[in-house]
Amino acid sequence: MLTFPQMGNLERLLGDILERLEVEYMPPPKTTAKTLALGTKHAPEFSCLPLKINIGNFIEALDAGADTLLMAGGKGPCRFGYYAEIEDRILKDAGYDFEMVTVEPPSMGFTRFVGPIKRVSGKSTRQIWKILRASFPKCRGFDFLEKKALETRCFELNIGDTTKALKKAMDILSEAKKPEEIKEAIDAGLNVIDSVSCDKDRLVLKVGFVGEFYILLEPFVNFDVEEWLGNRGVMVDRSVYITDWIGPSAKNPVAGTSDDELAEIAKPYLGHSVGGEGLPSIAHTMLYAREGFDGVIHMFPFTCMPDTIAKAILGKVGKDLDIPILHFTIDEQTGKAGVATRLEAFLDLLAGRRRALVN
Amino acid sequence: MKIGYPQALLYYKYFPLWETFFNKLGAEIILSGQTSKKILNMGAVEAENELCLPVKVFYGHLLSLVDKVDSVFIPRIVSVEKNAFTCPKFMGLPDMARAVGHQVPRIIDPVIDLRQGWKQYLDTIVGLGKELSPSRVKILSAYRAGVKSLHEYKEKTVAGVTPIDIIDNREVDDSGADIKIGLAGHPYNIYDKYTSMNLIKRMREMGVAVTTGEMIEDRVIEREAATLPKDLFWTYEREVVGTISHWSRRSSVDGIIYILAFPCGPDSLVQALLEHEMRKEKSTVPMMSLVIDEHSAEAGFLTRIEAFVDMVRRKKRLSRQKVG
Ligand code: SF4
Ligand code: SF4
Repeated sequence: MLTFPQMGNLERLLGDILERLEVEYMPPPKTTAKTLALGTKHAPEFSCLPLKINIGNFIEALDAGADTLLMAGGKGPCRFGYYAEIEDRILKDAGYDFEMVTVEPPSMGFTRFVGPIKRVSGKSTRQIWKILRASFPKCRGFDFLEKKALETRCFELNIGDTTKALKKAMDILSEAKKPEEIKEAIDAGLNVIDSVSCDKDRLVLKVGFVGEFYILLEPFVNFDVEEWLGNRGVMVDRSVYITDWIGPSAKNPVAGTSDDELAEIAKPYLGHSVGGEGLPSIAHTMLYAREGFDGVIHMFPFTCMPDTIAKAILGKVGKDLDIPILHFTIDEQTGKAGVATRLEAFLDLLAGRRRALVN
Repeated sequence: MKIGYPQALLYYKYFPLWETFFNKLGAEIILSGQTSKKILNMGAVEAENELCLPVKVFYGHLLSLVDKVDSVFIPRIVSVEKNAFTCPKFMGLPDMARAVGHQVPRIIDPVIDLRQGWKQYLDTIVGLGKELSPSRVKILSAYRAGVKSLHEYKEKTVAGVTPIDIIDNREVDDSGADIKIGLAGHPYNIYDKYTSMNLIKRMREMGVAVTTGEMIEDRVIEREAATLPKDLFWTYEREVVGTISHWSRRSSVDGIIYILAFPCGPDSLVQALLEHEMRKEKSTVPMMSLVIDEHSAEAGFLTRIEAFVDMVRRKKRLSRQKVG
């Protein structure tokens, strides 16, 4: 029985691919405080938070009967590329018996990418390729639905409607299999979100959301900041989407700016990639400033190398481009109440700046 | 031209190369000096709190050079071999330096990225030399002289002299020592006398012979590290793993002290990795990991070192008695 880490919508995406591959799987229980506590107990003290939660997810899944763990690999320079190796050792040392299946990115050699998938599914390279191609538009669809919800929530008349509509839209898309069905389901889903009753004339603050991938995608660790802000009539633009990240082209069509463009934009402040989202965090902040956003929220795990570098540089970016940036360094001790207090103060600041601008 | 060279981070690995190179081309190198309380404080005040101790220390060295130099040399060291990286912090270092709140001098930041091959690297070197000399021949000969200095430095360390003793120009006689302890970790952690609380000297005073990774030949380290199932893609972490594995597999030291800086990203994983591997290989060499940060209290630190040294000493005596 195969399992994988929890992260945002990953369960829906991988679920589709694994069903097509006819691999039996069970997602780990949703991440909770207990998951985090388990992970923190077993993970190295100053490893980054995603590793701790991965380990917690895996322990909960193993306890529930999983025996095969699916992980992505990587070739650095951020720690993610070595996660699977460390997790394998930590869990074996903790006495668990399982097989770790690590799918490396195709850039490390095609067999290290497709080989593990072949092994768990018994499918041929050709079949796997076909399946991935068939599933990808659907995965992308989930991202577009999420983006649509972010654009809608801040205008809704009844708090909670967009969140409900998004869930419904995703459920519709989850059922779709064939290419035409997927297309129709995406349209239908977008319509569901579109039909949320809204006050489109409402004046909303616009906030960009940048930072480390996992933190941005997983509501449990970002304290569902997107919904929190949306409920207060703030439009959130997220800079990272899952299919932009795993997508083969690095064109980033969901978030809208390609990796090459991002590197070009960041250049005056950061002349080289530093792994993870370090460079994108800077480039997107610059873009948000240019596009007249009111502010930027930057979130990343404590000890995360790429985004700690970004933070060290963003201070200057914010000053030069006159855009307020609120940084959150997340670890297992970060509490919801503290985050909310800082967010409220930030919104007051942004509203004040907006008023000063209008007068 | 006065070029400032912060005596921090990878300085400890490559200084003979760059000092010789710039000197041969007629530049005057101004070092920031060894870390002091003042330097660390300046750095800790300027740097983001989340940054690791060695980068905070680096900020302090950088700030201490402001006003004294025309430019500061901060190479962007992305990769020093094929298929591997350094730590992300080294890739962003010149940009982090530019973003500090003070007026920093011009930063000379050649991109060292050996993943791109040697040709590109030589172009970088020539570009760097052009700051000081129009002659390609002269630049390349300065570079060769630099490489020679680096080799001589490496030869000295392999012969058993620690980098800090080379820097301080000190002769060490540890023939009276009864135990030998391997001190592992990034060079900027173990050779920075201030942040390491003078650990090497302290251990010697306790009658310990100190040996470090720099005394092992590169190819040996490489061979030991290559036994990992998945290659570690950080060069300097692979050196730590290779060093500790070498000592542990041969029992060539009586104990190992592994110094980590708070909160080092790569080290956090490597520590877990090493502990697992040593357990799996049933290593009999005791290892202690010690985390240093800017608040490390000297008293507590020393107590732990003393306790470890005592334990290693007792263990050695016991095993001698058994043999005898
Ligand atoms: S981006 Fe940061 S938090 Fe994410 S895996 Fe890399 S180091 Fe860890
Ligand atoms: S390797 Fe660790 S200590 Fe060195 S710069 Fe990177 S994070 Fe800091």
